[in-house]
Amino acid sequence: MSDIPANLKYTESHEWVELRDDGSARIGITDHAQELLGDMVFIELPEEGDILDAGDECAVVESVKAASDVYAPISGEVIAVNENLADNPDLINKDAYDEGWLFVLKPSQAEELDELLDADTYGAKTTEDDH
Amino acid sequence: MPFIPHTEDDVRSMLDSIGADSINDLFDEIPEELKISALNHVPTGCTEMEISRLMSEHATRDNQGRCFLGAGAYEHHIPAAIWEITTRGEFYSAYTPYQAEASQGTLQLIYEYQSMMTQLMAMDVSNASLYDGASGLAEAILMAVRANRKSKSRRILIPKTVNPIYRQVSDTIIKNQGITLKELDFDATTGTISASSLPDEPGDIAALVIPMPNFFGSLEDVDTLTDWAHQHGALVIAVVNPTAMALLTPPGEWGSGDNAGADIVCGEGQPLGIPLSSGGPYFGFMCCKQQYVRQMPGRIVGRTVDLEGKPGFTLTLQAREQHIRRSKATSNICTNQGLMVTAATIYMALLGGEGLQQVARTAHQQTRQLHERLVALDGVDAIFNQAFFHETVVRFEKIDVDSVLSGLAERGILGGYSLKSTYPALGEALLICATETRTDADLNDYVSALEQVLTDKRH
Repeated sequence: MSDIPANLKYTESHEWVELRDDGSARIGITDHAQELLGDMVFIELPEEGDILDAGDECAVVESVKAASDVYAPISGEVIAVNENLADNPDLINKDAYDEGWLFVLKPSQAEELDELLDADTYGAKTTEDDH
Repeated sequence: MPFIPHTEDDVRSMLDSIGADSINDLFDEIPEELKISALNHVPTGCTEMEISRLMSEHATRDNQGRCFLGAGAYEHHIPAAIWEITTRGEFYSAYTPYQAEASQGTLQLIYEYQSMMTQLMAMDVSNASLYDGASGLAEAILMAVRANRKSKSRRILIPKTVNPIYRQVSDTIIKNQGITLKELDFDATTGTISASSLPDEPGDIAALVIPMPNFFGSLEDVDTLTDWAHQHGALVIAVVNPTAMALLTPPGEWGSGDNAGADIVCGEGQPLGIPLSSGGPYFGFMCCKQQYVRQMPGRIVGRTVDLEGKPGFTLTLQAREQHIRRSKATSNICTNQGLMVTAATIYMALLGGEGLQQVARTAHQQTRQLHERLVALDGVDAIFNQAFFHETVVRFEKIDVDSVLSGLAERGILGGYSLKSTYPALGEALLICATETRTDADLNDYVSALEQVLTDKRH
């Protein structure tokens, strides 16, 4: 059973969103996603300043098994990216919800936040997937 | 008899299980106007005897006369050992075997090829090769658009001094992908891109293509062009002749500063031991800086260790390729020109750095000598006052270039490439090339044949 922190929001495509006090949103892929993908070997991140729409392909996580697209959970401008992943892509395997974050967005559509899944709903979805 | 293993019953049962009436139903998605019902220009089959005879007849049309024609494909001496080794059963295959467990020899050879190419180009990485130089440039353009993530314009600056066929092929491959090629005029006195040919405010450009030497054989000011491109946020795509790189500064060292060097290098590999063969098969090469390797198309062989810690070779970085990335792969090319690369690797290994340099130097000397002697003739002018490698341009004052070429052909000489259709502004211009295969006696023959042609036509 993978870890699904209750304070985060989620998408069906296995991204997590952390809404922070300053209004920005930190984004990564879930523990469940990293378990499915296996050891990470390369992470392609968006550029700071990129303007994303919800659902845009904005990053690629490549593991020894597969390369998967990461979709923007919400719309907004990229204001930071996790440079540490360039040399240490396995941070995603070790700590998907903190050190393994991908990028930070400044959300542009507040109402999109309501459409994200809470931990229980996401947890139920991943359990369904497992069966 | 068609070589299809399925019986009609097999086909029927497969169609039934997917709910299609006929095989043609599977192609319903393709609009009617794009479908071809008959291949009118393709003749019906021939027997082996007929095809052998036909090809022998075609073959006699080649090798007529001594070749002073370059324009993208070059006659070089190919030591006999190269194709003797290349066509050994261990290498000679209709398809490159990539399975690491069965093909260590082939994989090691490709790895050695990649290592040699990175040395020759002073670049970090090389792929296992592409189809040819022209499609290699198209792949380099697509790669630059992906790799230059700061640029959103999908605009490429391409000098008119790039081989016209390369420009045409690139345009065909990229035009439906929303990429635009903006052509740059060359300086009429040098035949190269000068500072004044470069736009003052280029706007957002993804890449600048720099040919070296360019289609006229002239040497571009690669350092200035590289720095200019990098200052404007553009990547540099170098299109180079591999033989010339034995003498000239390799693209990995172009320009200055932290960012120095071409970002992507591509070109035609034919000069490295591949016979002219009426135009193919040849191979394209491609190298890039390490930071862009995941955007590179084609196969890449890497060195690794097996479970017992012994060195071995295997395809690597395959997440770029179609079998993993599907429609988002870096290219729809997922093979290489294995046999041509085998020959090129053996060619480079046999000649060594020094041998390749000697080939390049002799070719340059022979072309320079030929050029000097031709422009000394009455009615023949130099066009460009720029240093060149093993090709350059002369112009005829009083006679059209096509009749010069036919006059030379009658005297057993393939005199060069007429620039009239692709560069009409240059007038009666001829691109000439003398590689190391042209002896001093050949040059004498060219000069006296041309003298005769000029005299004949004058009277």
